Amino acid sequence: MRSQRSTRLAIAAGAVAVAFATTGCSTGSGDADDGSVELSIYIDSTESSVAIFDGIIAAYKEVEPDVTITTETHPAGGEGDNLVKTRLATGEMNDLFFYNSGSLFQALNPDQTLVDLSDQDWTGSLLDDFVTTVSTDTGLYGAPVGASFAGAVTYSKTVYADLGLEIPTTWDEFMANNETIKAAGIDPIAQTYGDTWTSQLFVLGDFYNVLADDPDWAQKYTDNEAKFAEEPGLAGFEHQQEAFDAGYFNEDFASATYDDGVRMIVEGTAAHYPMLTGNVASAIGANYPDAADTVGVFPLPSDDAANNGLTVWMPNGLYIPKGTEGATLEAAKDLLEWIASPDGCDAIGASSTLGGPYVVDGCELPDDVPAIVSDMQPYFDDGKTGLALEFLSPIKGPALEQITVEVGSGIRGAEDGAALYDEDVKKQAQQLGLDGW
Amino acid sequence: MTGIAVGTGKPVRSRIRSPYPTWFYIPAGVFYLALFLVPTGASFYFALTRWTIFDVEFIGIDNFVQFFQEPALVQGFVNTFFYAFVTSALKVVLGLLLGVLLTSQIIARGFLRSVVFFPVLVSTIGVGITFKVLLDPFDGLVNGALASIGVEGPGWLTDPTWALFSVALVDVWKGVGLATLIYIAGIVAIPQEYYEAARVDGASGFQNFRFITLPLARPATVTVIILSLIGGLRSFDLIWTMTRGGPGFTSDVIASVIYKQYQAGFYGLSTAGNVVLIVVVAAIVVPLSFWLNRRGAEA
Repeated sequence: MRSQRSTRLAIAAGAVAVAFATTGCSTGSGDADDGSVELSIYIDSTESSVAIFDGIIAAYKEVEPDVTITTETHPAGGEGDNLVKTRLATGEMNDLFFYNSGSLFQALNPDQTLVDLSDQDWTGSLLDDFVTTVSTDTGLYGAPVGASFAGAVTYSKTVYADLGLEIPTTWDEFMANNETIKAAGIDPIAQTYGDTWTSQLFVLGDFYNVLADDPDWAQKYTDNEAKFAEEPGLAGFEHQQEAFDAGYFNEDFASATYDDGVRMIVEGTAAHYPMLTGNVASAIGANYPDAADTVGVFPLPSDDAANNGLTVWMPNGLYIPKGTEGATLEAAKDLLEWIASPDGCDAIGASSTLGGPYVVDGCELPDDVPAIVSDMQPYFDDGKTGLALEFLSPIKGPALEQITVEVGSGIRGAEDGAALYDEDVKKQAQQLGLDGW
Repeated sequence: MTGIAVGTGKPVRSRIRSPYPTWFYIPAGVFYLALFLVPTGASFYFALTRWTIFDVEFIGIDNFVQFFQEPALVQGFVNTFFYAFVTSALKVVLGLLLGVLLTSQIIARGFLRSVVFFPVLVSTIGVGITFKVLLDPFDGLVNGALASIGVEGPGWLTDPTWALFSVALVDVWKGVGLATLIYIAGIVAIPQEYYEAARVDGASGFQNFRFITLPLARPATVTVIILSLIGGLRSFDLIWTMTRGGPGFTSDVIASVIYKQYQAGFYGLSTAGNVVLIVVVAAIVVPLSFWLNRRGAEA
């Protein structure tokens, strides 16, 4: 009886081994003998990303007729992060993929999974700020797709003109403006927690002010020394709570969506909407061309008028995974070189309304940019810009958007929320295996 | 279970000779091993690691320590039990009442039975999205209807005090059909002689219900409670579709906490959470099932 049982186990185990062995199949896209190459790119499914890549594909067809580019989409956000990581880990990534730079890029384990591009000539023309966000200590891995953009307060110029308001340079002036706007029967600040990610701007967009207060804050934060529960990091949370307590949000802030927020600011039913200029510019270009001159932007103010600058985000990168080889790899590198050239910038600029300056030398925005972009230019000219935290530190806690929804809805106080976020950050730092956590 | 001798009257010591040859077990055995045993074993291992998909680091029970320090977790536990209890209780009460109604001599009984069962057949995601629209605080049909009779409805899914309860009510609407079906089967199986005898004794309608239907439908009650409690404890899809655990963390349940940790890339931590969930569900349902069934046997 005993021997019969062990035979059964052995047979079963053998069958399992076969099953595992056969699942390790691979995919590959072909490069045919006639010199034509097919490139498949994995991108997120947001409207603006699809539009940008449609533009790139159409323009590149003129440059390299032998290269056929196709795209495959994945959902944006956390779900997409998982798909990208899973494909990289299993070696089933497309020939190229489009993904965030900065902390999310660092979580991909680039040294092991991506093709190093630091030997490419075109990398010399990239802005230093961008280079750091797609590099590790040993290599450079991405080409920029799109342009930089700011996280700041987009506002209705119509409301400001009607009420005779000035651009605020301190938080108190901003709140005073809100009071005037509220008295005029207009919602002072649009908040849209139906899309939870939109709730983070009070905190993320305040980072220029944090750095102005303490230039080493990002490094201290990475080293487990600086915390959001203390000033200057706490200010962003506090400001969000103050704005909620003062009743300055639109009545339906808890259920409104990002699209509602853009519509409110375009129509002037709300005066301010802290948001990413890249998203708003793209929405204006696609849906509200008449609003190009009526929506402007100013930085989230701090308590000190001398500290008044823009928190800037870097564009996403296009990366080549290690599995891409041979003629396909060469074609992929050629594509990246073209994308990081003025021709590539123009193709991207023609397919989407960009929310800020390019990060490649020699790339110029067209003259007819919307006001939301031209308003940013003085800050760039005066050097009053700083990178967002996610480009200066590899750590970004995943629960910030839920926490800021709670702070902005009066469910949780600012200090409590900031402390909770510090806990969230700790998990991410441990997951990344950083020293000192 | 026990070695019952067949035909010969001679007791069989430990096993009945299997009527199937060994190869007959292999297909099912392979599936069971590859799809159930191996992943279960692997999950107990990965629960003890910090796992990034790219590499694995063994960290002992740190994940469990971390998981129990999770501020959202306490709230998640409370919410899970609240949700499981509310949905389970409402399904028992409503299912029984509907079961009594739909076994009575009413017009179009077959049609009404189908109608109450219909939501069970609809996709949960579809139900969630539909009700999210219906329950919108400003443009939703529900608050629109309430406004027309002068009542100002709350933000069903956006008010922290209402969000979880609203989702639970939708869950009940969707799941009560199954409970009703089980009760109909249980009530129909009660012999008519009891009711006839009760009528001879002059029992009222309520006495019929209290002393005949309720006790004799106990097996149905046990099934409904177990099924809806397990369903409630591991509920996820409806909550995720309607509120994503929000606003903030106020309608998070254990399953959505685990899912968010998985989504954030904390694979080891979320696997540890799943192990905790298995243990918690088993710790509640196994004794409950034992207790309910024993009471049923005694009755």
